[in-house]
Amino acid sequence: MSIVETKDLVFEYIRRDEEGNVEGITRAVDNVSLSIRQGDFIAVLGHNGSGKSTLAKHINAILYPTEGTVWVNGMDTSDDEKLWDVRQSAGMVFQNPDNQIIGQVVEEDVGFGPENLGVPTKEIWERVEESLRAVGMYEFRKHSPNKLSGGQKQRVSIAGVIAMHPKCIVLDEPTAMLDPKGRKEVIRAARALNDVEEITVILITHYMEEIIYANRVFVMDKGRVAMEGTPREIFSQVERLKELRLDVPQVTLLAHELKKSGLQIPDGILTTQELLQALGL
Amino acid sequence: MLRDITLGQYYQTDSVIHRLDPRVKLVTTIVFIVSLFVVEGAAGYVLAGLFLLLVIRLSKVPVRFMMRGMKSIAFLLVIAVIFNLFLTQGEVVVSFWKLTITKEGIYYAGCMAVRLVFLIMGSSVMTLTTTPNNLTDGLEKLLGPLKVIRVPVHEIAMMMSIALRFIPILLEETDKIMKAQIARGADFESGNLIKRVKSMVPLLVPLFISAFRRANDLATAMEARCYRGGDHRTKMKPLVYHRRDLMAYGTVCAYLALCIVAGRII
Amino acid sequence: MAIILDHVNHIYEPGTPMAFSALTDVNLVIPDGQFIGLIGHTGSGKSTLVQHLNGLLKPTSGSIYYNGADINADGFNKKELRSKVGLVFQYPEHQLFEIDVFTDVCFGPKNLGLDRKEVELRAYAALKQVGLEDEYFYQSPFDLSGGQKRRAAIAGVLAMKPEVLILDEPTAGLDPKGRDEILDQIAALRQETGMTVILVSHSMEDVARYVDRIIVMNKSRVMMDDEPGAVFKRYGELEEVGLAAPQITYIMQALKEKGLSVDTDIINVEEASQAILRALGR
Repeated sequence: MSIVETKDLVFEYIRRDEEGNVEGITRAVDNVSLSIRQGDFIAVLGHNGSGKSTLAKHINAILYPTEGTVWVNGMDTSDDEKLWDVRQSAGMVFQNPDNQIIGQVVEEDVGFGPENLGVPTKEIWERVEESLRAVGMYEFRKHSPNKLSGGQKQRVSIAGVIAMHPKCIVLDEPTAMLDPKGRKEVIRAARALNDVEEITVILITHYMEEIIYANRVFVMDKGRVAMEGTPREIFSQVERLKELRLDVPQVTLLAHELKKSGLQIPDGILTTQELLQALGL
Repeated sequence: MLRDITLGQYYQTDSVIHRLDPRVKLVTTIVFIVSLFVVEGAAGYVLAGLFLLLVIRLSKVPVRFMMRGMKSIAFLLVIAVIFNLFLTQGEVVVSFWKLTITKEGIYYAGCMAVRLVFLIMGSSVMTLTTTPNNLTDGLEKLLGPLKVIRVPVHEIAMMMSIALRFIPILLEETDKIMKAQIARGADFESGNLIKRVKSMVPLLVPLFISAFRRANDLATAMEARCYRGGDHRTKMKPLVYHRRDLMAYGTVCAYLALCIVAGRII
Repeated sequence: MAIILDHVNHIYEPGTPMAFSALTDVNLVIPDGQFIGLIGHTGSGKSTLVQHLNGLLKPTSGSIYYNGADINADGFNKKELRSKVGLVFQYPEHQLFEIDVFTDVCFGPKNLGLDRKEVELRAYAALKQVGLEDEYFYQSPFDLSGGQKRRAAIAGVLAMKPEVLILDEPTAGLDPKGRDEILDQIAALRQETGMTVILVSHSMEDVARYVDRIIVMNKSRVMMDDEPGAVFKRYGELEEVGLAAPQITYIMQALKEKGLSVDTDIINVEEASQAILRALGR
């Protein structure tokens, strides 16, 4: 069954100048139809301004389609009555770690979602504990978020979403403002969610090394889905990715260069190990 | 620079005062402040002083920390004392130049000083032993009945706690923007008033833009986490009175009664 | 002429229980015209270090000399120093404040007390240097895209005509193409003007292609200071402190271990490809 499905999704917004006159209409998402299965790990790639974040915000009913439909867990996101159910089913983590933590203590922030859902006090505590453990932040439960590193703050935000028991979690460029160590922490936490808790993960990013673990990758450009496939299928199209303002891991690029020079190497090499094998070493 | 300022000067330790319900602490603080203005005479002040001393000892907060709050009111204290000292009419004790000090003046100045010091210390005990969050919760609950007359108590409390969360972040941001503009040759320190006010523009514009962006992001994040106001909301840490809280209320009542009695008799 | 750091220490909030050392015994010589990568992860002291170079922070002990003069001596003109040592902060677009891009870029040179004509000439030249098209000059800086905003902000520092340009994480938050464009632009700028450039980053891969020298900071100290190839050779040590050499270093290392005679100093993909082909006898 698909947990998220979009059909002919279009999102337009009106640009206005300083006096409020209409300057034009921008189509941020253009005719996107896709279907994501329960339990998938999906990566959505794209350069800045490709429409990937706008697409993501539709899954959490923060934005509504101009045309077309989005279903989350079978519910139409435009249906006002289902609004809170949609938001509970599809949690969202945003880019800036500082601007999404509400609580002044880690555990209180994680409890914020369940409080809003009206979960009984005793169960909130259970959920907070299990969520913080799932992202490896339990020992920090009494800390102030201001004292945490970027990666830790993002893990707290992820815990805050898990505590709402969603079916699906959308991570909207969660690593864009982090250092490499923080990025690894967050990706590790997201993978654990997918493996252990079987939550569907939709990871929006422009870091290529983060998509290697995905089952399926969508590459966005100009509001459309420009490429779709497994990471290997995506990475085998080095030239196309460059056109889309993206790059590939150095090992993939090296393999690509060697192939162009006439060596017998398959497309879409993802690791050093694979390259060594391909070279017969 | 700016980030050195800490708001909500909570002192982390474990004491019976720390564990008290914030409502008890709020009520006690109010009662204590009122008592300072009700009591008359030395006996009353001794009583208030003893009560304060007891609470401070129980709170395990070093007196040094209490004194910190004093610095900020030192100026006010001096002014109040001077006014009372020189401007009170009565039996003249000393007189020089155009100034006279009267017996009553000394008495009132002394009272004023004691009151102010007690007042600040009393409220410091509350802020030092209660996290800002807890305090907000306490206020929300205490003011709860006002909802009946359509005071948005929950919203006010939520705003307070968000403000408390973002103040350190915005202070840090101010520091950063300031440094960045100084690196571009901005000068925030010299010049006359008008020049200085003008020099704040490169700091304030980015700061406001950033604050609005953060507010916008936060609102979206809260909505995404199903926030829809105070109705139907449960609490992770609901305020529940324990035995110690009731005992504390009892103590406060006893203190108030003693104050009234002391005022009458002596 | 150069910047010299002599036994520089910096302690935040000294004398309090929160005291913490952000720089410990840092000694560096930064000669004119070098392209330097300053690497370290968050909290390693790299941001504190660069803020010392233009006098925004004062060392707790030790001295910093700019062209032979102690920048923290009494009477030293810090304002002039800041025009000579341009510092572009992280997310510099967050400091834009004027009604249009051009006026914003004028802010720096105007603060130097230059006459209007010179100010505008410099602003124009700086905007050209960062590759921003004329059509954006009179737009509000807030209407530009992320990458353009960043260019405008960098131009704001360039317009002061610095001799040393320091950029703190200039590519943070940009997409891969945007990142390459900014870095290429900075490299071209340096070619053209010969100024000293210090690139602060937490990614070895980003800076490897451009810089002549890498300084690695760890826990407030300078841990390594050498040419890129030599730094990457010590990838074991880098990993111990949570950093990593570019992936290509690991590939070359693995190839060598498998008996292919390739040079492990190689730091970019093109050279690596040629070396492998050579080693395979193609």
